[in-house]
Amino acid sequence: MADNNHGDVKLIGTWPSPFSMRPRIALNVKSVEYEFVQEQEQLCSKSELLFKSNPVHKKVPVLIHIGKPICESNIIVEYIDEVWPSGPSILPADAHDRAVARFWAAYVDEKCFPNLRAAVTAASEEEKNRAADQLKEVIARMEGAYGEVSRGKDFFGGDKIGFVDIAFGSMLGWVRAVQVMLGGVKLLDEEKTPGLVKWADKFSADLAVKDVLPETGKLIKFSKLLIAAIRAAAVED
Amino acid sequence: MAANNDDVKLIGAWPSPYVMRPRIALNLKSVEYEFLQEQFGSKSELLLKSNPVHKKIPVLLHNGKPICESSIIVEYIDEVWSSGPSILPADAHDRALARFWAAYLDEKWFPNVRAAPRAATEEAKSAAVSQLKEGLALLEGAYGEISRGKDFFGGERIGFLDIAFGSMLGWLRAVQVMLGGVKLLDEEKTPGLVKWADKFSADPAVKDVLPETEKLLEFAKILMAKAKPAAS
Repeated sequence: MADNNHGDVKLIGTWPSPFSMRPRIALNVKSVEYEFVQEQEQLCSKSELLFKSNPVHKKVPVLIHIGKPICESNIIVEYIDEVWPSGPSILPADAHDRAVARFWAAYVDEKCFPNLRAAVTAASEEEKNRAADQLKEVIARMEGAYGEVSRGKDFFGGDKIGFVDIAFGSMLGWVRAVQVMLGGVKLLDEEKTPGLVKWADKFSADLAVKDVLPETGKLIKFSKLLIAAIRAAAVED
Repeated sequence: MAANNDDVKLIGAWPSPYVMRPRIALNLKSVEYEFLQEQFGSKSELLLKSNPVHKKIPVLLHNGKPICESSIIVEYIDEVWSSGPSILPADAHDRALARFWAAYLDEKWFPNVRAAPRAATEEAKSAAVSQLKEGLALLEGAYGEISRGKDFFGGERIGFLDIAFGSMLGWLRAVQVMLGGVKLLDEEKTPGLVKWADKFSADPAVKDVLPETEKLLEFAKILMAKAKPAAS
C-alpha cells in the first residue's frame, strides 16, 4: 500500500507515446503525484536511467516506485490499481469482467497499435491504406465490445473510466492523427461506430485524461520527425 | 467465488503449451474439468462460438461463460478458486515481475522456439538458436532473483511464472533434439533452470499434462509435413 508521496514515484516516458499515456492516466485517476521523466521523443537516444530500469526491452514507459522499476504499460496500470487501492478502481470488481477487460486490452496491443504505426510510418500509400482498412475492422470489433462491456453506461469501465478505456483511449490521439494524415479517412464513424464516437469525446474530456492526451496537430508534426528518424536509422544499418 | 458443482470445461489440445497452462492451474486448485480436445486441422463449432475474435485454444468455459488467452485464464482461475494455493504472488511488485516475464516469454522467446527448427537456412537457424540462448541467460538471472533460493519462481510451490515458462519445456526439449542435440538448457550456463525444469516436470500438478518429448517429435513431423505445401 502506498501514500501519495510523489518523491517515490517516477514515470519514464514520452508525450507522444500511447503506452506512456496509460500509466499517466492511471496515476491521475488515483490522484498520485509523480515525476514525469521525459525521454527524447523519437527514442533515438535513450537515457542511462531507461537502460538501467528496463534492460530487457529498453522501452518506455517504466514506472519507478520506491526505487523499483515496473515495465510494460498494462502491467504498470494493474500495479498502480493494486498499490493505491483507496483511489477509484481501474480493473473491474468481478473476475469474469476482469478477464474480459484484460482480453480487450491485449487485443488493442496486438491489433490496433501495429496498424496505427504502419498507417503513419509505412513506406508506400498502399501499405498505409491497408493498415487503415485493418484499423476499421479492429475498431468495428471494439464497437461491439463497447456495446457489451459498457452495459449502457458511458465507459467500458461503467460510470467511470477503467482498464479498457485507458488501454484503448490512449490510442485516440494517433487514431485522430491518422484520420487527418490519410486524407480524412473515417476510422471512428458516426454511422458505423456511433457508440465509440460518443465514448471518445467523453474519454478525451475526462479529468484524468485531458492534460495527457496529445493534441492531434502536435502528433501530426511529430510524425514527420518520427518518419525522418526511422528513415535515417534505416540508412545507418 | 466458485463452488464444487460449477461446470468447468477447457477447450484445447494436448501438444499446446498455452493449453497446458490452465490445465496446471486447475490441477493446483483441485478443480475437476472436462477437457474438450480439438481435432488437429479443424476448429469445432464450440471453439468458434466461444472465441470468435481469435478462434484459438485454450478457452475456459466456466458455467458456460468463455474466458480466452492462456495467461488471462490462469489469473481468472487464481481469483475464482481463491481457497486453493495461490498462483500469483502476494506482493504487487512480485506480481508485476511475474507478468512481465510471462509476457516476455510469449512475445520474444517462444516464437524463436517454434522458428528455429523451421528456419530455411543454417544462418537463420543459428540466429534463432543464439536468441534462444540469450533469452535463457536472462531467464536464469530472473530465476536467481525471483526464486530467492527456493525451488520455483513462485517460491516453495509453483506459481504463475513457473506455469508460463514450464509449459514450454516439452517443446524446448523437442526442439533441442530437432536441432541435432544443441544444448539450450545447459548445466554450465543455466544450472538453476536445469534443476528447476526437473522439479517443475515432476510436480503433481504438471506431470500428467506435460507432453512427452517423443510424442511432440512425432507431432512436429506431422505439423512440418502439413506446412510444406503452403510454404512459398
